[in-house]
Amino acid sequence: MLEISCPFCGPRSETEFINGGPVRETRAENPHDFADSDWVDYLILAPNPLGPVTEEWWHIMGCSLWFAITRDTTTHEILPCSRKSHD
Amino acid sequence: MTNDSQRLSSGGDIDRTKIISFEFNGTLHQGYQGDTLASALIANGVSLTARGFKYHRPRGIMGVGSEEPASFVELLGDAASGSQPITTVVLREGLRAISVSCWPSPNFDLMSINQLISKLIPAGFYYKTFMWPNWHFFEPYIRRIAGLANAPSQAPTSGQYESRNWFCDVLIIGAGPAGLMAALTAARSGARTVLVDDGTRAGGGLLNRKERVNNKWGGEWVQCITDELDSLNTVLRLQDSTAWAYREQNLVIVTERQPTQKQLIQRTWRIRARRVIIASGAIERTLVFANNDRPGVMLASAVQAYVNRYAALPGRRAVIFTNNDSAYQVALDMIAAGIEIAAIVDCRDDSSSGGLPLAGDMPRITNHVVTRVLGRRRVRAVRLRSNENGDTRTISCDLLCVSGGWNPTVHLYSQSRSTLRYDDALAAFIPHKPAQACECVGAAAGEFGLQQILVGGLEAGARAVSDCGFQRRETIAPTTSTSPPYNIEALWHVNSDDASANSFVDVQNDVTLNDVHLAIREGFGAIEHVKRYTTGGMGIDQGKTGNINIIGAVANQTDVALRDIGTTTYRSPFVPIEFGAIAGGKVDSAVRPYRHTPITQWHKDYGATMYESGAHWRRPGYYSRPGESLQKTINREVLATRENLAIYDGSPLGKFDICGPDATRLIGMLYTNLFLNLSVGMGRYGVMLTEDGRILDDGVTFKLGENHYLMSTSTANAQAVYRHIQHFLQVERPKWRVWITPITTQWSNATVCGPNARELLERLESDIDFSAATFPFMALREGTVEGMLARVCRVSFTGELSFEINVRSRHVLKLWERLFEIGKPLGLTPIGSEANHVLRVEKGFLSLGHEVDGTADPHDLGMSWAMSKKKADYIGKRAVEIRRSQDSPRRELVGLLTDDPSRLVTEGAPLTPKGQLQASEGFVTASVWSVARSRSVALALLTDGRSRIGQAAHVRIKNEIVPVTITQPCFYDPASERMKN
Repeated sequence: MLEISCPFCGPRSETEFINGGPVRETRAENPHDFADSDWVDYLILAPNPLGPVTEEWWHIMGCSLWFAITRDTTTHEILPCSRKSHD
Repeated sequence: MTNDSQRLSSGGDIDRTKIISFEFNGTLHQGYQGDTLASALIANGVSLTARGFKYHRPRGIMGVGSEEPASFVELLGDAASGSQPITTVVLREGLRAISVSCWPSPNFDLMSINQLISKLIPAGFYYKTFMWPNWHFFEPYIRRIAGLANAPSQAPTSGQYESRNWFCDVLIIGAGPAGLMAALTAARSGARTVLVDDGTRAGGGLLNRKERVNNKWGGEWVQCITDELDSLNTVLRLQDSTAWAYREQNLVIVTERQPTQKQLIQRTWRIRARRVIIASGAIERTLVFANNDRPGVMLASAVQAYVNRYAALPGRRAVIFTNNDSAYQVALDMIAAGIEIAAIVDCRDDSSSGGLPLAGDMPRITNHVVTRVLGRRRVRAVRLRSNENGDTRTISCDLLCVSGGWNPTVHLYSQSRSTLRYDDALAAFIPHKPAQACECVGAAAGEFGLQQILVGGLEAGARAVSDCGFQRRETIAPTTSTSPPYNIEALWHVNSDDASANSFVDVQNDVTLNDVHLAIREGFGAIEHVKRYTTGGMGIDQGKTGNINIIGAVANQTDVALRDIGTTTYRSPFVPIEFGAIAGGKVDSAVRPYRHTPITQWHKDYGATMYESGAHWRRPGYYSRPGESLQKTINREVLATRENLAIYDGSPLGKFDICGPDATRLIGMLYTNLFLNLSVGMGRYGVMLTEDGRILDDGVTFKLGENHYLMSTSTANAQAVYRHIQHFLQVERPKWRVWITPITTQWSNATVCGPNARELLERLESDIDFSAATFPFMALREGTVEGMLARVCRVSFTGELSFEINVRSRHVLKLWERLFEIGKPLGLTPIGSEANHVLRVEKGFLSLGHEVDGTADPHDLGMSWAMSKKKADYIGKRAVEIRRSQDSPRRELVGLLTDDPSRLVTEGAPLTPKGQLQASEGFVTASVWSVARSRSVALALLTDGRSRIGQAAHVRIKNEIVPVTITQPCFYDPASERMKN
């Protein structure tokens, strides 16, 4: 059971959060600028590394904040995240 | 009743003033407070305590703690919980235990007939035999024979399990000498300290040996330390508590088996520590030779414990077989207790053993091995063989103590993902690199000298304390006499002259050395494969005493060094844990706490049967009347709605308040339909997609003001919608100024529907005008109803004229009761979800989970009108276009009318071409008896369905073919005139 630090609430047990998968590119302003296959890639391809991954968590049992952490998928170590929480 | 013929008249850590009676396999015995079931049986001279689970060979007690590989018992009565090792059962008054894997008793076990066919059932036999006609023919019998204890048939009559979350600076696992020193150092510095130990008393290995620390006997010294620890308010000390799992970020799970609170059965602690010190000691290993599983073959350290701690003699004339020095002290303790040592058989030659000074006059036989045990129900002699010239001799004895060396108990350390390395000098795997903030100390780190153990514990405690930012208070390590050195020569197994010899590497699972060789021959030579092919190490004891011998056997057979083979992965739990302890308080309704509306009791009093309704809500399914069948009840409720006046509790529907300058822009992005032209005070049914074009939800959203909307969602998907919107706003468009507030439970509603709905509402005290002219379909009016602040909206999920009266949740029961006061004489009928289901199916309205199954898009469901062409972009638009551009056949929503009007098809049943047994072309999404049409009606998703309206199709229900006609997906009031009235 991970211990995840919510930027507002501090370190909390994993059970307070819902995982949102790896961080993706921002949803484009105009999806029609993309070719079909590129938009499909945006929809379905996600990073799946053996090692550090930057992923989103939602603090549903707390402040409702969406934020990102960097976690190593082999050791579950949560590394200091270079990505700031969204403002 | 047997007598305690094997109990020493004095000594031991037992309370001879408290006699305890207990029953073992139907025979009454007596023991003392402080005994375990094993020690009491040994003291009573009982040596045949079990049978092996496969071959049903006679077995006795081999160990003294959770490492026990041979004897397992099932407790009867309230203490029942499946099988446990006989050595960990604490003796209590009235205890009743039986041996597992034998019937009727270990003394006479019918299943021992298995020994006659043992050659046919080596490891993995079920992959090769019992194949014809069918493995499943044999499986039930084999399972019954192979079973261990019975699962308890009832819950305990009293008491419950509890879970507790805990946090601390330093967690110390094990209260032996190293753990106690670490705990003392940590506690004195002011750090929040937790010390857990699986023994009834603290002390670890000191309790089993005669050592002196600071000029006191081990037990006395331990008492001083625990007295001080218990006096400090920084320490939580748990005894009878096993740490059994080590998870991420220093979370350790501990189960306390004897909480002081009498109403608790067990308590599980989930402890998050800043630093963990693992002082879990070491476990002695067995040696592998023919018939090394006979009753009377025991671990040397276990014999030492029984003699010193429990004053019980496991035998009268012993042979000791060892490959290391630690067994010599055991011999001295046995002699002091009056056991005759017939011989110490040391496989090493004279030059390598440091135990020589200790041996004194004891009869030592060096450079020999034990090749075989003689005796079946009890050891009666051992056969030795010389390493030099192969000469053999036989020595009679009734006890064989084996010492194969020591394994540091690295299980939890390994679970933390920390790595091990093989140490040649110790011939064991020891801690290498920690992966989390933890360290091993004492014997768990491969340190076997007591002085070093005490110093090591102190220093580890000091490190942990300063890492946590505390100031260490001066602590001096106690002194003890120097321990003899520990030398060992690895002996993974004794080669037998007899190929059929049963040399066990895993006593619990009846795995022999031959099985390991078989696995390697069959190509399963990787250590994880050897484990699974032979099941070695997979029993309740998890191979604590024997796994290293398996690794050694593989090393010898394949010529690969042990360091390169490594161990199998250590997994939690370290010992068997009851399910109740894992669940804690999450039992019965606490597993999934239900959500109820304030009207729930009224529903139940009126005769409602409550259904689970998504998102943990419970809603009325139907309100039965005496003598009514379920179908009659549903028909009555449906009829009341279609012809007169009905009411239902729609409170659980998701509701969100959305406001801000960008609110309209948000609504436009979320829904497929155009909302720009929505007027204030009106609502619109909208469909919400995910970005990859699947239908996420549908619902009605009302415009309350220029920048203010009230969104409603389905009951079950409220949280999914909230997540979708929050993610979009926070992550994708953080600069948009719009805020969403969940108000699902702040507002509750009573929905009045039916052609006479207006009549009822007009009789309410209200400032709202309910007339058709001023209150059109899809409008929302705010005002007061019966003195309560209300929002009333004309939405219809039933297809009839319908008013949803929303009030503050704390008022809704009052509203409901007032509606009944006025409505009862008008024939007001409460309806449940069963009736609602029929009503919506007759209208062809969508239901998530039925028609919306994750594959259909709004065009498939006949809702192209909801897919705005005017909007350049909304979530999911592009994905739907891409999918549809692929031109593959789509499954479209249609209605089905069975050729036989009284025949209902099953929801979920497939439709296949001509009803043949082949790939389906669609499936039935809903099927009900329609009161309006007096016949069955169904909805289905069918390939190219819309172009096939009017044609025949076939539903396949198991092997029956039900012919149907394809129709429009609406069976009642297709123009929806009744609800728009």
